[in-house]
Amino acid sequence: MHSDLVISQADRRPMYLQIMEQVRRRIAVGDWAPGHEIPSIRALAAAVQVSVITVKRAYLELERAGIIVTRQGKGSFVAESADLRTRLQHGELDEHLSSAIEVGRQLGLSPTHVEKRLRELWDQKAPDDAGKKENER
Amino acid sequence: MTDRVIEVVGVEKAYRFFRLGSVSLELEAGQIMGFVGPNGAGKSTLMRILMGMIRYDRGAVRVLGHPIPEEQASAKRDVGFVSEDMRLHGNVTLAWYMKFVASIYPGWDAAYADVLLRRFNLHADQDIKALSHGERVKAMLLLVLARRPRLLLLDEPTTGLDPVARHEILTELMAVVEDERRAILFSSHNTQDVEQISDQITFIDRGRIIDSSDKETFIDRWRRLHLDVPSGVTLPSLQDVVETKTSGHIAVVITKAYSPAIESIYQRAGAQVREVQRMTLEEIFVANVMSNRREAER
Repeated sequence: MHSDLVISQADRRPMYLQIMEQVRRRIAVGDWAPGHEIPSIRALAAAVQVSVITVKRAYLELERAGIIVTRQGKGSFVAESADLRTRLQHGELDEHLSSAIEVGRQLGLSPTHVEKRLRELWDQKAPDDAGKKENER
Repeated sequence: MTDRVIEVVGVEKAYRFFRLGSVSLELEAGQIMGFVGPNGAGKSTLMRILMGMIRYDRGAVRVLGHPIPEEQASAKRDVGFVSEDMRLHGNVTLAWYMKFVASIYPGWDAAYADVLLRRFNLHADQDIKALSHGERVKAMLLLVLARRPRLLLLDEPTTGLDPVARHEILTELMAVVEDERRAILFSSHNTQDVEQISDQITFIDRGRIIDSSDKETFIDRWRRLHLDVPSGVTLPSLQDVVETKTSGHIAVVITKAYSPAIESIYQRAGAQVREVQRMTLEEIFVANVMSNRREAER
């Protein structure tokens, strides 16, 4: 099975995180539907030229997060869960919010302050009611 | 029956100006081990011991289950060895060598050899003498890869190659371990190649193995911490910290066993953790070698 995952040497994140991220992306954008068979660990390792142990680690963590399932002797598949895409999208959002929280902490800001700031920025980007409704749909 | 392809236990070998050992090492089927060390660290010596080419003074060696050197002939039927100083000689073509190797090894896969010729951009009727360094290395690799041996021992396979040739070779090595019964031990001082494709990594320096672990553990555990150290604060000395550089109110610390607990220890002592960085394998390797040498000289 061909895979189009690309690992970057210049990316500062470890390779297993890059692989996890790209698998999540494939699922979040709908390319890999629930139940879709994903490449075997060794096939993916050979395709992206990254060690087997690294791909194994990425798959293990994806399994732990309930994103993929591995069936002995059958291969690995995207988990059959109805809300998987939503969960992945929320996960992506949480990641960005977490880094914002981290920065807020380093600057010594309170949660209320950060919340208020988020609200302000949100309103700046979507100033009219029409925009809000569009987002809520 | 284990699926260990290499077992080295307490091997020692003394030369007049160099001593190897005691070295212990294990490699399991389905894995790639990167063997990293400075020039003259003992990488080639150990590879030659595995091939039965050098007698060792003490210890035990098994390759594919066969005791070495006693059963080296049986082991070598399924081992492919390529080393930097091996040369293809004579006024012959690559095709001549391919025929020659095919006549010795029944496992020769002629179809795969043709695929490799194309992938490596080599021509069978090329004169061996006319090959460039990169082509010569690829030709030697072709001659062992097409035998499909269970174990590949590659001494500096990517040294002196251009990025394209390196990429071609790494791709073929990864294809080898798609078969989980096969394994590769390769030495290199190109830590980027090692970091990319190895499952296991072993550091060797001055004839001794100074560290050996799976790659993910290495990359996870070694971290560099940047600290702000206010006046009057002394950093506690921690066991797994291998290096501390202090300048003014700033300290940079390297640990080989990072956990968030380390951050709280420094914070409780009054220092501020500014940043925790991961390290490349090259940085880990150098810090590892330097700290081991300091330890040895103490």
